[in-house]
Amino acid sequence: MTTTPSSAAGEPVVDSALAADHGLTGEEFGGLCDLLGRSPTCTELGIASALYSEHCSYKSSKIHLRRFPTRSRRVVHGPGENAGVVDIGHGWVAAFKMESHNHPSFIEPYQGAATGVGGILRDVFTMGARPIACLDSLRFGEIDGERGARMRHLVDGVVRGIGDYGNCVGIPTVGGETGFHRSYNGNILVNAFALGVCREDRIFTATASGAGNPILYAGSRTGRDGIHGATMASEAFDAESEAKRPTVQVGDPFTEKVLLEASLEAMRSGVVLGVQDMGAAGLTSSCFEMAARGGAGVDIDLDLVPLREASLTPYEIMLSESQERMVFVTQRGQEEAVVEILSRWGLEASKIGRVTDSGRARLTFRGRTVADMPVEPLVDGAPVYDRPAAPPADLRERQRVVDCEAPEDPLRALRSLLGTPELGDKTWIHRQYDSTVRSNTIVGPGSDAAVLRLKGTPSALALTSDVNPSYCWLEPRMGGRQAVAEAVRNLATVGAEPVGMTNCLNFGSPENPAIAWQLRECIEGMAEACRAFDVPVISGNVSLYNETEGEAVHPTPTVAIVGVIDRLEDIGAEGDLHLVLGCGFWRPGDRVVLLGCDSGEYGGSAYQRLLQRVEAGRPPAVDLEAEAALCALLRQSRRAGWLSGCHDLADGGLLLALAECAMARGIGLRGAVGCGPLALFSESQARAIVTVPAARTEELLAAAEARGVAAREVGDVGGDRLVLDFEGGTVDSAIGDLRRVWTEALPRAVG
Amino acid sequence: MKCGIVVFPGSNCDHDVYHVLSHVLEQETTFLWHQETSLEGCELVVLPGGFSYGDYLRAGSMAAHSPIMAAVRRHAEAGGRVLGICNGFQMLLETGLLPGAMRRNRDLRFLSVDVHLRVERDDLAWCSGYRRGDVLRMPVAHAEGNYVDTGEALDELERRGQVVFRYVNGAGRREPAANLNGSERAIAGICNAGGNVLGLMPHPERCAEEMLGNRDGLGLLAGAVAGGGRLGALAAAGG
Repeated sequence: MTTTPSSAAGEPVVDSALAADHGLTGEEFGGLCDLLGRSPTCTELGIASALYSEHCSYKSSKIHLRRFPTRSRRVVHGPGENAGVVDIGHGWVAAFKMESHNHPSFIEPYQGAATGVGGILRDVFTMGARPIACLDSLRFGEIDGERGARMRHLVDGVVRGIGDYGNCVGIPTVGGETGFHRSYNGNILVNAFALGVCREDRIFTATASGAGNPILYAGSRTGRDGIHGATMASEAFDAESEAKRPTVQVGDPFTEKVLLEASLEAMRSGVVLGVQDMGAAGLTSSCFEMAARGGAGVDIDLDLVPLREASLTPYEIMLSESQERMVFVTQRGQEEAVVEILSRWGLEASKIGRVTDSGRARLTFRGRTVADMPVEPLVDGAPVYDRPAAPPADLRERQRVVDCEAPEDPLRALRSLLGTPELGDKTWIHRQYDSTVRSNTIVGPGSDAAVLRLKGTPSALALTSDVNPSYCWLEPRMGGRQAVAEAVRNLATVGAEPVGMTNCLNFGSPENPAIAWQLRECIEGMAEACRAFDVPVISGNVSLYNETEGEAVHPTPTVAIVGVIDRLEDIGAEGDLHLVLGCGFWRPGDRVVLLGCDSGEYGGSAYQRLLQRVEAGRPPAVDLEAEAALCALLRQSRRAGWLSGCHDLADGGLLLALAECAMARGIGLRGAVGCGPLALFSESQARAIVTVPAARTEELLAAAEARGVAAREVGDVGGDRLVLDFEGGTVDSAIGDLRRVWTEALPRAVG
Repeated sequence: MKCGIVVFPGSNCDHDVYHVLSHVLEQETTFLWHQETSLEGCELVVLPGGFSYGDYLRAGSMAAHSPIMAAVRRHAEAGGRVLGICNGFQMLLETGLLPGAMRRNRDLRFLSVDVHLRVERDDLAWCSGYRRGDVLRMPVAHAEGNYVDTGEALDELERRGQVVFRYVNGAGRREPAANLNGSERAIAGICNAGGNVLGLMPHPERCAEEMLGNRDGLGLLAGAVAGGGRLGALAAAGG
């Protein structure tokens, strides 16, 4: 059939003005016309605008993302698939990815966050992997007082949305992080991570191959929700953003759950060749990306797409982001087997087209060809920009060293920090998420790293997500390094070897050179750290244009790293695994040892930000060799079974870390450190607190010395008070008092 | 003992119960599809946790009308063992195999925490691994676990000794702060008059292995498969 495609009845005329409304530059529109050899139809314009959107094309970040190392002996699938896949041993692989749902969550927090979880779960199970864990990294603006009313509503909606979706599908949320900073007042961040596991020979990819093979559509019907969601997520907010509420998708976790079970069953049936979910840009990206991966073409009859209402136009059908939909490519003549499985789970499935060898996507609707476009040039040949980048004009001002005043009373300072939503206990959030379903959770939310056993193997997986946006704002390269270093350190506290990383890069508009510079520098810092720790980046997501009326969020490159503990048995020598792997004191008489050195670093620290109300200077330096030595020591000590507990030093510094260890189980510490009151709050990196039975202290200290890690005994676990002598005084508090301040902080703030 | 776990669309604790029954307790265990009408000779039937049919309408209400539930009812009425955990407990209430109903939790939020339970009966096979007054720690994960019934019905339930587990503090005492979902009389689990049908909101299958740091739930599942044969006799023998 060689009909020239034409717009459907009633669709507007395509010209450069309409193209501009779709976010295409004059140059991009011109390129599209050249590519087609004619003016695009309305449907084609919609398709191109979605594929060229920042969200789908990574056009502003692609050149920087190439800096990441993506290979290791464990990597099975790197970036480019729905989720990256790594070998975790014993014949198992893990598929994982993190993705943002920032824009929709700000406009409609409950549905925005819920569909964020739904989307990332589909990314994992389309790989053939059964999801077993989620993490969520959330950033909100100021929630105090009258000005915080809207933000409190967002916190409540996002937490309920994540909970209701993940809980219903039955995937435990085992960790994550939640931060508050005024830079998120106009743009919150919702980054959802999911991990699944499967046998190594059961992995699927999203590939359309074999001319003549049928394409099946499965799951929910297509409606008008979410049209141009991907484009919305590629724009800054303005005064009219509220009007975009209808572009937010609506999720149905029950359909997701049956789609998950039905899809995994269909993939086990042996007749499925490729699977792709319909996420951002819906049917458009699933068809084009599957065809591009297989070097194939597709013919789709849009009249066969199941619709919620008959009046949808081809443009709307192609751009709808209705949730819980999948595309399957099966062996020719075998589609009925898949349809039968799906219908047993109560799901609709219909054949909507077939794979071709034309290299083109041909879409028909009511007897008319509405699109006929080459696949590969649109997907892989989308524009790539090397945007001008330059340090922000006020960088010098930001990095100007400000003297930090020593606290008159460190205990009062500690209590003030514990009482902030930022550092307060996050149980109010965690207890709205099912963290124990699937019965693998050894260490759940609220610890340095979550630990999940891997049934049928002697191993466990450890997961963490980290980033310090203040560090990234002050010095993006150091901040990027620190995010990776902290995640690797968190894994080392439980004895896990990092095997792969995913990330979510949340920035403002890349068209602003200062933001483009932040992006480039953060990525460079992350890449340096990845190389130093030999951690490949296997998947990820970029969310740009997180700004409102010119105010961008702090650069927030959220990092999630997965680690493997080869033999859990070794680690539990000193007691129950959940005690030993958690980060709290539990056994009176254990020695407390501080590993690493302090250099008195306060730039971007919690003490500086939250108590001195300043955000300035340079963030703590990240010495990658020192980090690697510390992590190697921690893993060695875990494997040897010496440790009864471990907690890394992060936001808030030494005193806060000790308080967290004491508050975990209400068991205290009597100890002494040789530093002044201010250094109790320094955030120098590459440090951790470990507890060891007294008989093991010598071995630990010797191992530390051999690795060049400074180690000093700080005191003994016991009692119900935190008592710490420092140069010039003593911190002495009942743990119950600290706990009260800490646990009440967040519930009080969210009202 | 042959065990069957009913799988409804939306069940999500089915694999967890299977793991404990099959791999920890080494029982012959099978999944039963909700559209089947036979229990395939299973002596213990488990209605697992999850969100059957999305919990649309009311938690457990649509599952109560699944084809297999007629067979489950016959099994229960004949004295066979039926265990409903979380969503399964909600289904037992919806089918009328157990009395009462569930409201949303007191603070209207999903609740995922470890709670303490006091064992109120030890004369049932289910509790053969516990003693009356034992305090167990178990996770709960639900949005609708706030048990309610009329005052007279609750009195009757108490009089017949059908309250099997109550929410208590770590010391085994009832207090409002320990009854997080707000259940009447701190009820966490009940049985029918015959003692062969048990429903509870906490999840024993999530705390049945040393590796997960808590084995308090193993006793209940071990009790569920203990002895075999007719449970009515055991219950009667216990009083």
